[in-house]
Amino acid sequence: MPSSRKPFPIHIVVFLAPAVIIYTLFMIYPLLDSLRLSLNTVDPATGNEVYAGLQNYQRLFTDALWQPRILGALRNNFVFFAIHMLVQNPLALILATLLSSRFIRGRTVYRTLIFTPSVLSIVLIAFIWRLILSPIFGKALFAPLGITLPPLLGEPATALPTLGLVSVWQWVGVPMMLFLAALIGIPDELIEAARVDGATGWGVFWRIKLPLILPTVGIVGVLTFVGNFNAFDLIYTSQTALANPAFSTDLLGTLFYRTFFGFQLQLGSPTMGATVAGVMFMIILIGVMIYMFTWQRRLLRNTVEL
Amino acid sequence: MTARPRTPLGSTLQLVAAHAALLLYTLIALFPIVLIVLNSFKTRNAIFRTPYAFPDADTFSLVGYETVFSRGNFPQYFANSVIVTVCALLLIFIAGTMAAHALAEYKFPGNAIMGLYLALGIMVPIRLGTVSILRLVVSLKLVDTLAALILVYTAMGLPLAVFILSQFMRQIPRDLKDAARVDGASEYRVYWMTLPLIRPALGTVMVFNMIPIWNDLWFPLILAPSDANKTVTLGAQTFLGQFVNDYNAVLSSLTLSALPVVILYVLFSRQLIRGLTSGAVK
Repeated sequence: MPSSRKPFPIHIVVFLAPAVIIYTLFMIYPLLDSLRLSLNTVDPATGNEVYAGLQNYQRLFTDALWQPRILGALRNNFVFFAIHMLVQNPLALILATLLSSRFIRGRTVYRTLIFTPSVLSIVLIAFIWRLILSPIFGKALFAPLGITLPPLLGEPATALPTLGLVSVWQWVGVPMMLFLAALIGIPDELIEAARVDGATGWGVFWRIKLPLILPTVGIVGVLTFVGNFNAFDLIYTSQTALANPAFSTDLLGTLFYRTFFGFQLQLGSPTMGATVAGVMFMIILIGVMIYMFTWQRRLLRNTVEL
Repeated sequence: MTARPRTPLGSTLQLVAAHAALLLYTLIALFPIVLIVLNSFKTRNAIFRTPYAFPDADTFSLVGYETVFSRGNFPQYFANSVIVTVCALLLIFIAGTMAAHALAEYKFPGNAIMGLYLALGIMVPIRLGTVSILRLVVSLKLVDTLAALILVYTAMGLPLAVFILSQFMRQIPRDLKDAARVDGASEYRVYWMTLPLIRPALGTVMVFNMIPIWNDLWFPLILAPSDANKTVTLGAQTFLGQFVNDYNAVLSSLTLSALPVVILYVLFSRQLIRGLTSGAVK
């Protein structure tokens, strides 16, 4: 350790500079500046941006025009997240458990194939499913099976759950891989010992495997949360920025885009856009904090007790 | 463990059930994609009459691909995506390995804080700063350029790259580097020497960053939307929106846009999967 008398070694500065400059300029500064911007408003008299405190946030949550949009997007976003937590992650855990068995042949092949949709762009996924569920091509697909397809993406009641499941279909490979890596990491001796003690497959899963992969369960949860509250591409591509039908698929990401850029008759507003981004930032921050201070801390305490 | 326990007789049934479940889900995962590719090679009538059949002599048609090549600008979009992705990966590589080396190799005041600062971006989505990123790009006169995308993607990829690389670099034996120093090598030379040693982690970081950059819709839409600067993802999005009722063209452009990523995935799936697990498990 160099003493504080010595000058700071120049090579360390050289090594750090490129990354720190690009990262600070294009990520940290914009995030902070965007938060600052959310506290400003445009003065109609001069056209200048002036400090306005929390006025934009108040407007977003109380104004008759904004309130239904932000509350609707929040509600939809929680539904979208719930679908992923209830369908995607349990499904991923089941698939990973099956794939972690040493007796299953062709595990790598299954794993690689199931992961394929996750490497395609959301734009392609959105169009593929729009096509499959469309009244014309969809009818040609489902009529031979004797199924009459309702317009799943056209009805407000079904559009959001349908898109949630499309998103689950695309992304289930990611948590599957994370669970799989954790399950493979469990020492064989532990499982063998439990089996010798007479534990069944279910018993081993619930009492040995699941507790041991709890850290991964937490990480999958927080990644799902951040990803879902940042989602945009699927809704934009499939339902346009207006989140058809009747805003029923509007997420915070699409609301952010419309607010910032404007769409059709709505004029874009950088300050209100930054405000929506500010709300998203807070939600993601709260989610990550809850994870860090409850899940991780509890795990830490349990390991200490062990 | 010396001998693997043999499968008990009763669990043969379990094995069959497990395979059945995995096979079923594999089909669900692949069927929609296969269906699109299959039908992209058929005439319009055959698409609707026999959607599940393979194209044969009567139904084979490339009319969709002809539309894509004559009406779309896909070679240009493709070139743009390659430029953006390769340049961003190169910058992530250079800046990422240098910073990771500094964090892993030297004890200096603020090392831990710097590591934490660079890791902040792993959890916070860069999209949330878009309003200010656009203003910054405008003030740098980079609006509607590929350079804007390259810089934003570099900033987006760096946090996880530095995190993974510095963890990996800490495991490189010190003796090697100290021996070089005794021989009079400069610190820059020492850094240069370590690069071949981190190849496995590097492949992982590169492949893992490539896919989100290639597939991104948000930043091309906002920072570089003109036709000359569209990436494949935005280009496909616009083309598909315009030709939404031309089923041949839609199916062909979907197939063409998916192709490069699927080829890369087949080649690099191991690195990708390793990146996914090493990035998140720690």
